[in-house]
Amino acid sequence: MEYTILILLLPFLSFLVLGLAGMYMKSKVAGIIGTISLATVACLSYYTAFSYFTGARNAEGVYPTITAWNFNWLPFSSNLSIDFGFMIDPISVMMLVVISTVSLMVHIYSFGYMHGEKGFQRYYAFLSLFTMSMLGLVVATNIFQMYIFWELVGVSSYLLIGFYYTKDAAIAASKKAFIVTRFADLGFLIGILIYGYYAGTFSFTPQVNALINAGFLIPLALGLMFIGGAGKSAMFPLHIWLPDAMEGPTPVSALIHAATMVVAGVYLVARMFPLYVGYAPDVLHWIAYIAAFTAFYAASVACVQSDIKRVLAFSTISQIGFMMVALGVCTSINPHEGGLGYMASMFHLFTHAMFKALLFLGAGCIIHAVHTNEMSGMGGLRKHMPITHITFLIGCLAIAGIWPFSGFFSKDEILTACFEFSPVMGYIMTAIAGMTAFYMFRLYYGIFWGTPYNKKPNYNPNVHPHECSLSMTIPLMVLAGITCVAGFIPFGHLVSSNGEAYTIHLDTTVMITSLCVAITSILIATWMYAGDKQPVAAMLAKQFKGLHKAAYNRFYLDEIWIFITKKIIFRCISTPIAWFDRHVIDQFFNFTAWGTNAAGEEIRGMQSGNVQQYCMWFLAGSLILTLILIL
Amino acid sequence: MVPMEYYLILSTFMMFVGIYGFFTRKNILAILISVELILNSVDINFAVFNRFLFPDKLEGHFFALFAIGVSAAETAVAIAIIINIYRNIRNIQIKNINEMKG
Repeated sequence: MEYTILILLLPFLSFLVLGLAGMYMKSKVAGIIGTISLATVACLSYYTAFSYFTGARNAEGVYPTITAWNFNWLPFSSNLSIDFGFMIDPISVMMLVVISTVSLMVHIYSFGYMHGEKGFQRYYAFLSLFTMSMLGLVVATNIFQMYIFWELVGVSSYLLIGFYYTKDAAIAASKKAFIVTRFADLGFLIGILIYGYYAGTFSFTPQVNALINAGFLIPLALGLMFIGGAGKSAMFPLHIWLPDAMEGPTPVSALIHAATMVVAGVYLVARMFPLYVGYAPDVLHWIAYIAAFTAFYAASVACVQSDIKRVLAFSTISQIGFMMVALGVCTSINPHEGGLGYMASMFHLFTHAMFKALLFLGAGCIIHAVHTNEMSGMGGLRKHMPITHITFLIGCLAIAGIWPFSGFFSKDEILTACFEFSPVMGYIMTAIAGMTAFYMFRLYYGIFWGTPYNKKPNYNPNVHPHECSLSMTIPLMVLAGITCVAGFIPFGHLVSSNGEAYTIHLDTTVMITSLCVAITSILIATWMYAGDKQPVAAMLAKQFKGLHKAAYNRFYLDEIWIFITKKIIFRCISTPIAWFDRHVIDQFFNFTAWGTNAAGEEIRGMQSGNVQQYCMWFLAGSLILTLILIL
Repeated sequence: MVPMEYYLILSTFMMFVGIYGFFTRKNILAILISVELILNSVDINFAVFNRFLFPDKLEGHFFALFAIGVSAAETAVAIAIIINIYRNIRNIQIKNINEMKG
């Protein structure tokens, strides 16, 4: 399967071509180059997935892990080396399909959305760079290669968030995203180094003896790695960058901040899953608790946001929380005895990528039509944008977990896994799933129903909403189609915690409970937000004014972070260090330079080029020598 | 007979006059003359030491003659250089000869 290396090389080539020569070509040509290379990558990915999953299982009934290509890059010792390679196993193949599909959709969609934007070629170059890095991340053969691509993904995310580089908010958001994730990656790097030192390898399958000898250091390394994953996957309290990242173009949000990059943390934990389960079950359960809290926190914030992209951002955080919880509640590697969460998490990752990209692209269509992100400028749009309306509704139903859309199946598996772990966790997650349905339908009604946009107080008469062009609606329809059928994929046969085929059987009680909760939440949302007037919502907002305001301001977490960084870290640590640097270290070198300079000034007079003066020195010297000899 | 010390005092005096002139003169010709003074003081020393310490040998006299010959040749070369310098910069002040200084 050597051809798979093309999956990495093609986007990279297209990045180089568009990045270096993009400014000399028409924007349309640049877009077509990017899209064609991505379409090729998508075809290759589908072919890889098809041939891999239809290929033979090995003797234990597991799909074999294939290293399609490997290059020994930095050998440190006989067994510790950093390699570059292309690994094919069930989850990497699954991710290849997800990334290339969503990326292709975003490439096509961007034709319409970014039409006439300045820097269209640059935009496609960055998209190619991102796709290359993300694909490299998922096919990494070792943790260090993963880390390198992990950083590349962070860079391309930074570049794309700050795409509108004349906008202050976008610049601030891109810096915030980069700094927060980079800060978290410090933990990841330390974790990798500890892991590499004690496990004696950077690969995902270390020697068992080494792990046992390392003792508590392996759980420590895995915990530190999770910090990196938490930064990328926007786990509480490192989630603060993701809502701000919505300043980037909407297709970018769909690709990076909803479907692919933000699930890198989940993918990391899934990749290291055998180690987590085998050597650090406590760390794994802590991940579950953090993720459950994140899911709850994000869902509660999402209930009151008014910017539609922020609602989707918080719902993304919440859904990633679901995936992490599903991984965290695993207690063994056997899917029949507590390892179900792994499959559920990967399944949810897959379905979520599709329907969340759909929702974001739909939101992009809406923003394109009404030129605002705020719900106060929307309402009653269903007649003006029928395709967007239907596809968005499908996305909402999927995320709410309504049969037969894909979210139902994956979310049910997550809830089943949670109930297997502990009923309390199961009920909490069911409640959060209910909140998800509520805020998604609040969003849906706020956009497509309720008071029509032209009867709102801040109505902008220049806005004439209309359905978007085909290049924007086709990706919506494709993704909606996938969302409708993805739930019926026999996912357990393809991906499971120990690799053996696992048949998904829905737990009836869990299924009925979650359906009831979802439908009740949707009905409450309908009751509160579907009408022209929303007395209940207004009344609740007034009744719990403090809570509403706190939730609207995301419980002041950004302010807390600002306080911690500016007031505590900058003042107590950075300022003294800066003082020491300027006054001690810099001054020392300044002194050396000054001393050399002054000495030079002093002796430059001796070398005047004046022979008579030299003779004078010569005479003086010889006189002194004579005197010494005589005395 | 004049004692040897008198000759030596004369030659030392000539030597230091030459050195002083070499250090302080600004004109190349004057510097050249100073160099000649130094050489001649050495010639006197050669002759004096030969005459007083080794009266039956001739090496000192020959060295003096040899040095006079060499200094005549050296003066010829120096004068040639000075004439060329004069042609180029129209004077022979030492401070003006700095064309080749970096």
